[in-house]
Amino acid sequence: MALASHRHISSCLCSIHSSLCYSTRPEMERSSLQRQLANLKKSLFDQGNLDEQFDQLEELQDDASPNFVEEVVTLFFRDSSRLVANIEQAIEKSPRDYGSLDALVHQLKDSASSIGAAKMMKECTVFREYCDKRNLEGCLRSFQKVKKEHSTLRLKLENYFQLLRQVGPAEKATRSGN
Amino acid sequence: MAVDAGAQFHVLAVDDSLMDRKLIERLLKTSSFHVTTVDSGSKALEVLGLREDQVTPSAVSPEHNEIEVNLVITDYCMPGMTGYDLLKKIKGSSSLKDIPVVVMSSENVPSRINRCLEGGAEEFFLKPVQLSDMKRLRPHILKGRSKDQQLQREENSNTIIISSSSSGSGSGSGGSKRKAMDEEPSPGRTRLRFSAGSLTML
Repeated sequence: MALASHRHISSCLCSIHSSLCYSTRPEMERSSLQRQLANLKKSLFDQGNLDEQFDQLEELQDDASPNFVEEVVTLFFRDSSRLVANIEQAIEKSPRDYGSLDALVHQLKDSASSIGAAKMMKECTVFREYCDKRNLEGCLRSFQKVKKEHSTLRLKLENYFQLLRQVGPAEKATRSGN
Repeated sequence: MAVDAGAQFHVLAVDDSLMDRKLIERLLKTSSFHVTTVDSGSKALEVLGLREDQVTPSAVSPEHNEIEVNLVITDYCMPGMTGYDLLKKIKGSSSLKDIPVVVMSSENVPSRINRCLEGGAEEFFLKPVQLSDMKRLRPHILKGRSKDQQLQREENSNTIIISSSSSGSGSGSGGSKRKAMDEEPSPGRTRLRFSAGSLTML
């Protein structure tokens, strides 16, 4: 992006170091990224993909553990992908073992609760209710929703961490809605 | 309480989920605990150095020879040895029973909670565990340590000398007083040798 027209004299002087320092990014580009980051964060909360548990994770991140949130989220998707695959197998198995299926969905829900993946938790709860009633149609429907939310969340969070990296290590995302 | 308030306490965290271990570790470290994480109850027992219950009392507490753990926090649902099984093993061991144990679970099941509390758990945390939950750990450790240190004084002294004119407080070597002994109407001096749980007169 050519933003030369917006650069001031002082920025020109800093441009020698611009390739090395985040802090010397052109103002416009940086604040645009910050805006995008804030909007994405807000959307994640407003849409109900995430809840305050995610804030808790960010509070635990500090200089000693600067990538904590991303690391936990990565572990979550590792666990959840495996569980989704196992659920896929269990749901297609004949005869269907609703007990095992429920146990898997339960694990998925617990995993989701650790990172505050609110929508996933809700869909898992509905899924479990259908397991309880041995309602196959209901199970299949709610599983579709679980998978969809899983993909959506993954995409949004990948964007989120990418933006975080671009904005710079010193930047901490603002609280949801603030 | 004769405990160094600045001392860093060592917590052993047990959870089969890597993600949950990472979370609990961060929570504990942020709260200034020294942390060891393991993924199973059996590994936890290894770290604790659990041996057969000692029959003969030793002058030095076994904890001095191993890594000292001030509190165990364990997940309830684990394959193999559950958190409850681990709790029972710790509480059933003469060398480990005074270590406070906290159980964590994602499920709010009253019967499960009661079972753990009755089994000797100090607390039951619902997952996801919060930073504010960490504040509840220190009191349990301090309570346990204070009792430990008292036991330590008793064991180290090995003997308590009682005189007939016992004032009933602090005059013996060691400092731990047992009501029954103070009331003992011995004519001269009676040397007593004891360890946790038993009292033999020589």
